[in-house]
Amino acid sequence: MIEKRYFFQTDWLLLAIAIALTVIGIANIYSATHIHQPYLYKKQLYWLIVALVVMVPVVAINYSLFERFAYVIYGISLVTLVIALLWGHSAGGSRRWLDLGFFHFQPSELAKIAFMMALAKYLSSRELPRRGLSLKELMGPAALLAPPFLLVAKQPDLGTALIFLFVFASMLCIVKIRLKTMLAISAGLLAMIPFVWHSLKDYQKARLLSFLDPTMDPLGSGYHILQSKIAIGSGGFMGKGFTQGTQGTLMFLPAHHTDFIFPVLAEEWGFVGSFVVLLLFLLFIIRGMDITGSAKDRFGFLLAFGIVSMIFWHTVVNMGMVTGLLPVVGVPLPFLSYGGSFLVTTFVGVGLLLNIGMRRFLF
Amino acid sequence: MRYISDKDPSEFRERLFIAIGVVFFIFSILVVRLWYLQVMKSHYFGELSLNNRIRVTKTPAPRGLILARDGTILAENRPGFDLAIIPEDVEDMEKTLSTLEKLVGVNKEILRKRIKRARGRPPFKSIKLKKDLSWEEMVRVAIYRFELPGVLIEVGPTRSYPLGEITAHLIGYVGEISVREQERLRRAGKTSYSLGDIIGKSGVEAIYENVLRGMDGGRQIEVDAHGRLIKVMKEIPPFPGNNLRLTIDVPTQLALWEALSGKAGAGIAIDPRNGKVLAMVSTPSFDPNLLIGGISEEDWQSIINNPFRVFTNRAIQGQYPPASTFKVITAAAALEEGIIEPSTKMYSGPVFRFGGREYRDWKPEGHGNIDIKKAIIESADTFFYQVGLMVGIERLARYAEMFGFGKKTGIGFGTEKAGLVPTPEWKKKTYGTIWYDGETILTAIGQGFLLTTPLQLANAYASIANGGTLYMPQFVESIESPSGKVIKEFEPVELGKVELSTETLSLLKEALRGVVADEDGTAHHLNVDGLRIAGKTGTAQVVRLKKRTRDIEKIPYKHRDHAWFVGFAPYDDPRIVVAVIVEHGGFGSQSAAPVALKVIQTYLKGLEERDKLLSTEHKRGERL
Repeated sequence: MIEKRYFFQTDWLLLAIAIALTVIGIANIYSATHIHQPYLYKKQLYWLIVALVVMVPVVAINYSLFERFAYVIYGISLVTLVIALLWGHSAGGSRRWLDLGFFHFQPSELAKIAFMMALAKYLSSRELPRRGLSLKELMGPAALLAPPFLLVAKQPDLGTALIFLFVFASMLCIVKIRLKTMLAISAGLLAMIPFVWHSLKDYQKARLLSFLDPTMDPLGSGYHILQSKIAIGSGGFMGKGFTQGTQGTLMFLPAHHTDFIFPVLAEEWGFVGSFVVLLLFLLFIIRGMDITGSAKDRFGFLLAFGIVSMIFWHTVVNMGMVTGLLPVVGVPLPFLSYGGSFLVTTFVGVGLLLNIGMRRFLF
Repeated sequence: MRYISDKDPSEFRERLFIAIGVVFFIFSILVVRLWYLQVMKSHYFGELSLNNRIRVTKTPAPRGLILARDGTILAENRPGFDLAIIPEDVEDMEKTLSTLEKLVGVNKEILRKRIKRARGRPPFKSIKLKKDLSWEEMVRVAIYRFELPGVLIEVGPTRSYPLGEITAHLIGYVGEISVREQERLRRAGKTSYSLGDIIGKSGVEAIYENVLRGMDGGRQIEVDAHGRLIKVMKEIPPFPGNNLRLTIDVPTQLALWEALSGKAGAGIAIDPRNGKVLAMVSTPSFDPNLLIGGISEEDWQSIINNPFRVFTNRAIQGQYPPASTFKVITAAAALEEGIIEPSTKMYSGPVFRFGGREYRDWKPEGHGNIDIKKAIIESADTFFYQVGLMVGIERLARYAEMFGFGKKTGIGFGTEKAGLVPTPEWKKKTYGTIWYDGETILTAIGQGFLLTTPLQLANAYASIANGGTLYMPQFVESIESPSGKVIKEFEPVELGKVELSTETLSLLKEALRGVVADEDGTAHHLNVDGLRIAGKTGTAQVVRLKKRTRDIEKIPYKHRDHAWFVGFAPYDDPRIVVAVIVEHGGFGSQSAAPVALKVIQTYLKGLEERDKLLSTEHKRGERL
């Protein structure tokens, strides 16, 4: 199954960037938590190893096999989401985790990949009109989005649900949507804003409001944004130095090893460090796009594009949030944030990209 | 309709460039944002991050002690445990408050109110919830502390007054500074007070606030987000306040308190040789210790609803007609102005008729033909009605003012009252009417418009006792450093001279001695062997009674006369002047005089013992 030539066609740079970002992440987790939770960075290191091991079969199996079983995988992921919702382990007011004994598994992470596979398969098995998709033709993809989106939103995990939506939109845009349809959808979304606002939980409303004016309640919901901005801003151009950041180590920064890991880095490594990390992300995404463009078939193209857009949206939403450009939604930063399920999922995505990339030739 | 039918994704590829464009665009926004935060605003956020982790905490300076002249402690500091909260660190306010309610027994809503009231304080500054926890409460809170983030026990000096209500009006009490007080001090240029600081509220504590306060120390500490101490960066130790040594003689103060307790009234004892206050009591009193630890609602209600106005220091704030005690001043005026001679005798019957009205004497049978000395001894009203008319109101007022009436003595209490010496001009200004001779008659015996505080009266008599010097009453002996070194000693301050001839002075003194020594004297029962008391009784009318009776039980309490006694001893070498008023006490001789007797007895006995001790030491020294 694995031929020798695949070794040379593997995008080693992409993998190197992924591992480099993860290692930078581990160093930051160490810096942020070595005083109060000194074991976390080690756990993340183990997770990196696990992720790399899981990646091996993902790369080795020809992705056409994933295409064949895409709907089955999608179905399984929906089942795990339902189980999580019914019997899941709850923390912080939402049921997101499944207790698998040795670790807590977050089914919504796997569901992202499964959903992309299903959508890619659906879109590649249809005949698509050149002028773009009409509203009617969007119904099928929307039907695929609805179950995982609603199940995740129900947990509630607004951040992940948002990523589902963004990835969905990105994949459909790349296959082209009719301009008329696009305008109609935009108008519809605008009209829905009041209803969406009404259905939000109080804490979600508070986050949105405090995003609009963080000084409104600096110790309440505006706290996250303000402390995050203080961390990033006080880093200055050169940073305070490794483990010298005060915002993170003294715990002014909430969730400083998960969603708010970037401010820790920005505080200790300054603008220079932040810029380097941003550059690595950009490089990763460009390489991902490159693989996408070279994919030999439509499924490969769409899946690769989905994965790249997922990582892109995670990065942008997270960075936008910690720099105060976007409201606080709990979205982790790929590779850098602490969390096993998320790291494994991200590396499964990396694996799939490598898989598609090395099988780009038809022969 | 054309469809993309083959599986080749080349159709999508063109849009990939748009996607890459979008990625570049959004990433450049992020870079610009990071540049803005980390380069353009880095100074601003750097400051904020410092503020986040560096806090300045205050170490309150121990307040200076207040001592009696023999070193007895009248106000001191003992360690107190205060319950405090930092709302920013509390995770579940509702749960925290209901737990605290159970632990320290203060209603949840009251706690909530205290937190709300502290709005406007700097973030992460603790708010006191309950001061001076009992040992049991402290232990209970300490056990639960780890379940109550944000709740802390602060150890700080707590003011304590060992003599409690006995010295309450004199010493006063301390409390947390109010917003209004802080505002007032800020306008006066004193900005060192912040909310939660302790400040003297009344009495010596308030008057000598600047001496007692000391300088608070401070600690600059680095904390984490939970306010936990990481390290102390800088520490300035507090500098304790200076001690005050008062002129108060504790046994005398105790005797005065004991003799007055159960009555409404006041007493003040002064050393006539220098104006030093030996004792000062006002009853009913209050326990200042209750006011310090955040008084309970019940205690507060019972204090402010007390009809006797317990916070009033009657010794300096109470204004009463001096009554017969004023006759000495009328006599002085008459003698000095040559209106009568010491030997001049006048008929003093039961009634003096003037202007169609009858002015009665307290003695129904009258006094007969008497001279001025006898008139003072027997307190003959009808004698002084006549003399007063002859002296006239202008001269009476001048003499009264010379003795210090109608003007604050300057003892230092901001609440001191000036009393009142009426003149025709004063009456014209106040009432718009002319002065009547009948009013002169009343003034001559210390009634009518005339008002004095017990302190003024004592001071006036002190000037008679010491041969004509009016001193400013003082209650501070010295200011001492925390280590006991004397920083400042207070010298006697003369307010003025009472210009009386030696003959007049000695006649007045003899007459006052006669009040006690003579069989017919109104305070003859004070004629105790060895004390040689001289003095004068007084009965200040509260309402005009048609029929005066000696049986005061028959008169309703609030209509009973105020009883006065003012006197000094020993009369030939006066060491103590005492003025006592018992509100609604009836005749001065009955209720006020025994109080003065107790005080004089105690003080002179103390002096005698001290002298004995000194002389034995002296002898021992000679033998060596």
